[in-house]
Amino acid sequence: METTVEHVNKKKKIIKRRSMIYVGVLAGLLIIPLLSLNNFTMRMVIMAGTYMILAMSLNLITGYTGQLSLGHAAFYAIGAYTSAILSMRFGWSFLITAPAAALMAALVALLLGIPTLKLQGAYLAIVTLGFSEIVRIVALNWMGLTRGPMGIPGIARPEVLGYRIASNTQYYYLILALVIITYMSLYRIINSRLGRAFIAIREDDLAAQSMGVDILKYKILSFTIAAFFAGLAGSFYAHYVTYIDPQSFTFNESIQVLSMVVLGGMGSMPGAIIGSVILTWAPEMLRFLEDYRMIMYGAILIVMMPIRPQGILGGIRFKLDKEEENQHEAVGSE
Amino acid sequence: MFFQQIINGITLGSIYALTAVGYTMVFGILELVNFSHGSVYMFGAFLCLTLMTALGLGFFPAFIISIVITGMLGIVIDRLALLPLRRKNAPKVASLISTIGISIFLQNLVMVMWGSETKNFPLALNLGHIQFNSFRISYLQMIILLTSLILMMGLTLLVKKTKIGKAMRATAQNMEAAKLMGINVNLIITFTFFLGAALATVAGVMVGMYYQSVDPMMGFMAGLKAFAAAVLGGIGVLPGAILGGLIIGVSETLAAGYIHSGYRDAIAFAILIAVLLIKPTGLLGQKVQKKV
Repeated sequence: METTVEHVNKKKKIIKRRSMIYVGVLAGLLIIPLLSLNNFTMRMVIMAGTYMILAMSLNLITGYTGQLSLGHAAFYAIGAYTSAILSMRFGWSFLITAPAAALMAALVALLLGIPTLKLQGAYLAIVTLGFSEIVRIVALNWMGLTRGPMGIPGIARPEVLGYRIASNTQYYYLILALVIITYMSLYRIINSRLGRAFIAIREDDLAAQSMGVDILKYKILSFTIAAFFAGLAGSFYAHYVTYIDPQSFTFNESIQVLSMVVLGGMGSMPGAIIGSVILTWAPEMLRFLEDYRMIMYGAILIVMMPIRPQGILGGIRFKLDKEEENQHEAVGSE
Repeated sequence: MFFQQIINGITLGSIYALTAVGYTMVFGILELVNFSHGSVYMFGAFLCLTLMTALGLGFFPAFIISIVITGMLGIVIDRLALLPLRRKNAPKVASLISTIGISIFLQNLVMVMWGSETKNFPLALNLGHIQFNSFRISYLQMIILLTSLILMMGLTLLVKKTKIGKAMRATAQNMEAAKLMGINVNLIITFTFFLGAALATVAGVMVGMYYQSVDPMMGFMAGLKAFAAAVLGGIGVLPGAILGGLIIGVSETLAAGYIHSGYRDAIAFAILIAVLLIKPTGLLGQKVQKKV
């Protein structure tokens, strides 16, 4: 039995070690633009960052709450269009359009989630899929608002605290900040009472319900929070590419994000990040195959799944966390 | 005009129903949404077209051969991609991603082999039409309806009356118990995949004939709508898939005719969502009480 002093010291040590790792990773990320990568590579890095936000947020619904959503592109689209329209019509800057876009996506998710999240499995999957198709088709046909298939060109570049963001390096730091905000928010949520309720629903919704978890409420919360961050990613995308059209938000986009989550490992935050990096890069790495590129991409998905059905990092607890967990157990047994 | 729309809608709906049956059978047994189904449907249509144009076969031999080959493809998909996952007791989502991988693979394979442009499908059975006062039915439409009807009846009989049908129902109800009763579950699953793929080929070829064209992307929307049809009727329920297919076919034809053709694809999904809000298990689906 360790004494309280020992325990506090041990805990301090863990916190110290953890913050050192965080500082190291952050320093590594901060110097990436200094490596003078070419424009193409920087664009890929920035897009990978956008997908990280999408994958981490979908991971909250599918990985942590266990609800299959096939329509994440809908909230990505709503975020992008909200941002683009607010910026074009009213000239609002990124600092206003981004939260507005995220809130809009969250609001739509809330309204969709209240009646539909009582559905389960394939039923929920097809509803989210159908909703995302409806969003795309409305964007395609509502000429007055979205200019339909012509898309919205010339979206203003973001201006943050007086800095006009134009170069890839500046965009890189912006997306890095957004990824960190998303990561930290989701990390805090998952390791809170809220997150434990989500995980309880995933593990066994009936048991969760009998323990007093209001499963519908928590499913809606998870769905709404995830849509919020997907909307944020959409807003960044609109201001980064400066042109959006309905083609960018098809079912394939939802599928790609889901593949990132599953490949990386459901219910793992680092997994979602690794999944997004791999699947953003894979089509580019396979470019030498020319016409056979996408055939190979499909084959990789087929071959990868049986090798690690739980995903690359699925089910792996990092050593750092494990020690901390033992710590919790030790506290509990005292 | 109205009757004409209804007839066109039912024709389209019966094709959706044939495709939806494949979704519903696989889901009933494996609880898996098989996203490769749409691309199998497309592959079947392309195969039939190639056998007719490149090898100069007649329509019927080409049709039969493509049904058999695509059915085999269904088996290969199950054995190569899904069986290893089942053996490992992988989560359902992993299998789902696998079927998406298959769909990407097949679609791009067809694009590389046949090109990505729309191909003209020869009108193998040009039989004319019957003209009524305000509408007309082509013989092709009647053939499509009749074929779908016969296949559906045959399938229902197969599932309800034969030994293998009984084994399929047992496997769908409880795979473990079926295994203990001496049913070769993997054989049943293989058979289901063969059946689903074969029916998808029939649907794909009939769509090719109906619109006189095929393209590598044709399986995508058709697959999604057939999935929607299966869920609308209650996934896992055979008559549900038929009912769902007809409702989606008719409603989207009416919507295209009377509302706006741009919203054609949205209507099917809007109806689906509306129905599921009222009846969360689909029209004919039964609520399964989960036992603790």
